[in-house]
Amino acid sequence: MIHSLFLINNAGDLFLEKHWKSVISRSICDYFFEAREKAVEPDNVPPVIRTPHHYLINIYREKIFFVSVIQTEVPPLFVIEFLHRVAETFQDYFGECSETTIKDNVVIVYELLEEMLDNGFPLATESNILKELIRPPTILRSMVNTITGSSNVGETLPTGQLSNIPWRRAGVKYTNNEAYFDVVEEIDAILDKSGTTVFAEIQGVIDACVKLSGMPDLTLSFMNPRLLDDVSFHPCVRYKRWESERVISFIPPDGNFQLMSYHISAQNLVAIPIYVKQNISFFETGSSGRLDITVGPKQTMGKTVECLVVTVHMPKVVLSANLSATQGTYNYDPVTKILLWDIGKLNPQKLPNLKGSLSLQSGAPKPEENPSLNIDLKIQQFAISGLKVNRLDMYGEKYKPFKGVKYVTKAGKFQVRT
Amino acid sequence: MSASSAFSDDKAGSASEPEYGHDPASGGIFSSDYKRHDDLKEMLDSNKDSLKLEAMKRIVAMIARGKNTSDLFPAVVKNVACKNIEVKKLVYVYLVRYAEEQQDLALLSISTFQRGLKDPNQLIRASALRVLSSIRVTIIVPIMMLAIKEAASDMSPYVRKTAAHAIPKLHSLDPEQKDQLIEVIEKLLADKTTLVAGSVVMAFEEVCPDRIDLIHKNYRKLCNLLIDVEEWGQVVIINMLTRYARTQFLNPNINESLLEDSSEKAFYASDDEEDEDKKAEAAALVKRKPYVMDPDHRLLLRNTKPLLQSRNAAVVMAVAQLYFHLAPKAEVGIIAKALVRLMRSHSEVQYVVLQNVATMTIKRRGMFEPYLKSFYIRSTDPTQIKILKLEVLTNLANETNISTILREFQTYIKSMDKDFVAASIQAIGRCATNIGEVRDTCLNGLVQLLSNRDELVVAESVVVIKKLLQMQPEQHSDIIKHMAKLIDNIQVPMARASILWLIGEYCEHVPKIAPDVLRKMAKTFTNEEDIVKLQIINLAAKLYLTNSKQTKLLTQYVLNLAKYDQNYDIRDRARFIRQLIVPTDKSGALSKYAKKLFLALKPAPVLESPFKDRDHFQLGSLSHLLNAKAGGYQELPEWPESAPDPSVRNVEIPDWSKCTSRKDRKEKKLDKPFYSDSEGDSGPTESADSESDSGSGSESASASDESGSGSESEESGEETESEKEEEDEEKEKKRKKRLDKTKAKKPAEESAESEQSSGTEDRKRGRKAVKNQKSSSESESESESSESEDESEEESEEESESDTNIRKKKTPVSKQPPKQSKKESKKETQEMSLLDLDDFEPTPTSAPVTPVNFLSSSLVSDLEGLSLTDTILAPTTIAPSGSIKMYELLHRITGEGLAVEYCFSRQPFSPDPNMVAVQIQFTNNTNSETKNLHIEEPRLQSGMRIREFAEIEVLAAGESVTVVMGIDFCDSTQAANFQLCTHTRKFFVSIQPPVGELMTPVFLTENDFKKEQGKLMGMNEISEKLTLGEKCVNEHVIVERVTATANLSRVPCGSDKECRFAGKTVSSGCLVLVTVTTKEGGRAQLTVNCEKMVIGTMLVKDIMQALSQ
Repeated sequence: MIHSLFLINNAGDLFLEKHWKSVISRSICDYFFEAREKAVEPDNVPPVIRTPHHYLINIYREKIFFVSVIQTEVPPLFVIEFLHRVAETFQDYFGECSETTIKDNVVIVYELLEEMLDNGFPLATESNILKELIRPPTILRSMVNTITGSSNVGETLPTGQLSNIPWRRAGVKYTNNEAYFDVVEEIDAILDKSGTTVFAEIQGVIDACVKLSGMPDLTLSFMNPRLLDDVSFHPCVRYKRWESERVISFIPPDGNFQLMSYHISAQNLVAIPIYVKQNISFFETGSSGRLDITVGPKQTMGKTVECLVVTVHMPKVVLSANLSATQGTYNYDPVTKILLWDIGKLNPQKLPNLKGSLSLQSGAPKPEENPSLNIDLKIQQFAISGLKVNRLDMYGEKYKPFKGVKYVTKAGKFQVRT
Repeated sequence: MSASSAFSDDKAGSASEPEYGHDPASGGIFSSDYKRHDDLKEMLDSNKDSLKLEAMKRIVAMIARGKNTSDLFPAVVKNVACKNIEVKKLVYVYLVRYAEEQQDLALLSISTFQRGLKDPNQLIRASALRVLSSIRVTIIVPIMMLAIKEAASDMSPYVRKTAAHAIPKLHSLDPEQKDQLIEVIEKLLADKTTLVAGSVVMAFEEVCPDRIDLIHKNYRKLCNLLIDVEEWGQVVIINMLTRYARTQFLNPNINESLLEDSSEKAFYASDDEEDEDKKAEAAALVKRKPYVMDPDHRLLLRNTKPLLQSRNAAVVMAVAQLYFHLAPKAEVGIIAKALVRLMRSHSEVQYVVLQNVATMTIKRRGMFEPYLKSFYIRSTDPTQIKILKLEVLTNLANETNISTILREFQTYIKSMDKDFVAASIQAIGRCATNIGEVRDTCLNGLVQLLSNRDELVVAESVVVIKKLLQMQPEQHSDIIKHMAKLIDNIQVPMARASILWLIGEYCEHVPKIAPDVLRKMAKTFTNEEDIVKLQIINLAAKLYLTNSKQTKLLTQYVLNLAKYDQNYDIRDRARFIRQLIVPTDKSGALSKYAKKLFLALKPAPVLESPFKDRDHFQLGSLSHLLNAKAGGYQELPEWPESAPDPSVRNVEIPDWSKCTSRKDRKEKKLDKPFYSDSEGDSGPTESADSESDSGSGSESASASDESGSGSESEESGEETESEKEEEDEEKEKKRKKRLDKTKAKKPAEESAESEQSSGTEDRKRGRKAVKNQKSSSESESESESSESEDESEEESEEESESDTNIRKKKTPVSKQPPKQSKKESKKETQEMSLLDLDDFEPTPTSAPVTPVNFLSSSLVSDLEGLSLTDTILAPTTIAPSGSIKMYELLHRITGEGLAVEYCFSRQPFSPDPNMVAVQIQFTNNTNSETKNLHIEEPRLQSGMRIREFAEIEVLAAGESVTVVMGIDFCDSTQAANFQLCTHTRKFFVSIQPPVGELMTPVFLTENDFKKEQGKLMGMNEISEKLTLGEKCVNEHVIVERVTATANLSRVPCGSDKECRFAGKTVSSGCLVLVTVTTKEGGRAQLTVNCEKMVIGTMLVKDIMQALSQ
């Protein structure tokens, strides 16, 4: 399956290599560099690159290319999904997955990679198991380790791997037993020039942070489970009970995990919380243009829209922007050609507006397309789909846990065409 | 290095950090590198764990950066037995990395691992095996092999899992070990823990992916365990099972051609409707076809479905491809939603999923139509994703949604991403070619694009317009005219060139404009770009040929200009064309054909998806993504024409209600007698599911349909046995029964059950010892005794004549399913005295043989009053009557009213004695006559021959007609495939003979029989022990059963404990001798002597089945 893994940063430096079978020379990455060159944008590097004797499957995450080497037939998604899992594990261990943290923790990274794959086939990918095998670094632990001479490799052998609920480690103990659930919904939408919805759907996830002692068996039920159109679950969720009773029944992993994700499709009408009035035009002569954007609340159910940000990818010919915002700040980066307008909280009384002129490269023809606007926003304590958690019950343990549910609505891939 | 430096390193969070600081210097200067390694050696040699750890950390950090640290090998390998776990782990990392380069030194560490393999802690055993197997040193292959074998039978499933992981490692190190490894795989496949399943299937896929036979026994277990296997294992198992199912089951869409378009549309509509509707729809549909899904096929589909909800994209994709390749058309739709969900994932996942969706949309467009909008493109998508989405949108376009799609495309054309714009224009072109209604709209839109400023856009539009116009140039002379006008404005050379080509090509459609364009171009010739100049010459030449009167001078002028052009291509072209078109005295033969050369009809380019036909690769595979076979890719097999024996998947089940004919045929696996328990446990849930499931609803519907037709034919005096279907039906019933039963199951019953199972085993397996621990000691001793008996019996086979003690005794027999027993009772016309061979002793005396001249030639004779040996029957040829099994060749629904059945009449086929006579009965159930019934295109295995029946001119409505054809099966049970044709239709049919029909009776005396049998000993003799079925209580029934199974005649015999039969194969005339010796307690021994061992083995199976019913 997976032969080797190379980590390459955005500048093209290969800073980590790991082989699970015979060593493959790092010169194999030249094929990758060639493809990287051709693609211009890192996003456009083909995920699968063919070389005379190997195949390179790569992902791009957090400005790092994870390039894996494959020799024989294997489902590409298998490798891609695994590489993402590796990145997520790093994130889980070190707080972020960046070149610096990987270099700083190179030994732990190496130990992790050693445990995650055996002969190229995934062995342990559950974070609960890995954390038993290799303890994540904390400042306190590294202090203690130096004094006592102990290490960050678990002394106890992981038993979770042997149980039939491999995602949960045994013998969990907390003084405060708590379970928090975050219902996060993202609106994916495309609005056209006139503001009508071309396409809109809601993607939701329920993130959980469960810190409960022992082996709790939880059941989460919704007020309106019928809303959920398509769901996918963490392996701990009992699918049969969802099918029959529409409740989520599970023995949770310890700590943070994503319980489920769901999808509310375009068939249901999706409320769009804001509207955008925009007018971007470029003049035929004088190499200049005008920009005027106003954002207003639409269907917010009385909640405040926060963290409102409008991002515009300007055409290449736009040299600079001379604008004035009634609220928030704007910034135009002439290198990446991105105009970023950070509005913040949306005030329904006084609608934020960004107006002004754009100057174009002289002599260049006027851009044909008007750039589309990408919107980012956040509404606290509100799930746009109307999904509501009914109750959380716990079986199997005696104590009374502290429970909490939080709702957040965000903009996902929210785009306004102009 | 001192401890204090280790301290500061650790404080910083990692030991490796300073390493990076020193790095540039050390990289350049060798001496410092060498020195550093020296102090690492020192640290490794010290007594302090902390120093060792520090050193190992630095070494691993160097390995991670690809630095060579192999010179430290001796120092590191010494620490392999270090107490500190982290040091040990890092040493392992080092060892695995460098062992291949330092084979001799690596051997030093082996003993540590060998010790580890014996550790009481399972995790230590596992890790020792893991490292041991990762050391790629050929010398230790035998040690690894031994360790793997041992670990494969370890108590701990975790160690067994590690053993499974080690298999591919050893295989890649030494492929010679393959056979032994396959044995280990076989053993581990039988493991019933979820932990092992994924890893062993992975090993199977790497070592012996073609040994599909290893899967049979584990198929159901794998299906049932699947949901609990870890996600990576799920992917591997699902992919393997897809291939497996392709070889074992029938194509569920085999009757697709039968469905009219309307019903096809109905399914598509039902995709997004409620499930209930779908079920009804599917049920209604299935009712129309005689296809019945194998319950195992259904099991796979049912058990993989929940995995569509997995969080792992690879699992979802694996299930999706499984459904795409295996599910009935009506059920494939459910995967669309899950695949659309994956589109929200990382862009790499999107990329792969879109590739697969693109392939799927070509075959099953309806599936994704409801999700059209999910494929709309955002300006922020990476270009490769945009282009794939575009591909999907284009594939999804049809008459109803084309307007929305075109509107969407319109916005794409304005994008800043020019590659994407070009792809959009091509997509519009494809929509226009596929959907006639919008062709004009598209063309107009594209013509407008010609005024685009971007060269790429214009070039692409011109190219697409050119292609579109080539399809029907007559109707579009106005567009050509429009384009001719455009030439004044368009400056992009590529576009100008394309327009000129168009005008030249279709100058006959624009006879007035063309010369004028040439005139204009001639004026500007010198200022044009090269490609335009070439096209001007081209245009001139074509016009000269079609309209020389007007353009002769112009052409001359252009050619003269070209003659002195700077570009030699243009000069060459001008010279060439002048020679070709201007008639001179010297002009060659070619100039006569100039017009043909220049104005040949050029085929319109075909605009089709690059994803067309990609689905011959298994979806989701690397090969599919690359559209080229990757190394190690296993082809997805085509569906078999007829399903292989489904009983191979049966595993032993103690539940006696499951002991059916089908089960009996199986070969049992004794290694895991208890697996069946868990299978029984899962049984109820399974059938509970199946009742609610849409698919099995339809299954039972069709099954009832089947039984309907069955009873019909019974009425007409014939016994229909469409074995497979009936068995399915039985199974269905049984499952339900089992549901009731298992609920009420008590432990007390269990022992009875296991006893029963051991009994069955006995019957089947003969002398294999029963390791059924659960079975009561009683049954164990019983089986042992019977074994020894059988052995002694075999020795004395030849003279197995003895006194008989006939004693009535009911033997414990498996419960018969109601249907079966009904049939049985029908067959049994006479009740005979019950035979029991309780006190059978091998007597070495050859008893005087009664001179017998008894001959049985047909089943009918047996049925009608064959009482015992003394009866003399003349060999007669008897017309097929109620007793001969009719097989269905063509169901009346498939055949659109024409029902065809066949039977093996057992008459000699007079035109060719080497052929088996097959009697075919046609029944016309329609209201109109069927004409010209005949056979076409037989597809036969080599050596097989077929003699067709004379064409049936007319078969009136409601009439039946019977004909006889001959087939030489070459003594194999391969099916003869051919087409049955009527005046309107052709049906693919196949006749597969039971092995018993491949022979004809021969008449031997007892002495001849013994003589012949003596010649056919050893390899040619197959003997099996069995327990006679409830009804096989006397000789008569045995004779009847055997002759019904095989076309043999009875050989007279002095002993009434023995029945002998003789026959010879039809095509090669090999003798087939069958002996059934009955013994006490309903036991019997079956011996078949035949030169053709395959025939012998199959015959044994069939007769055993017949006798144990």
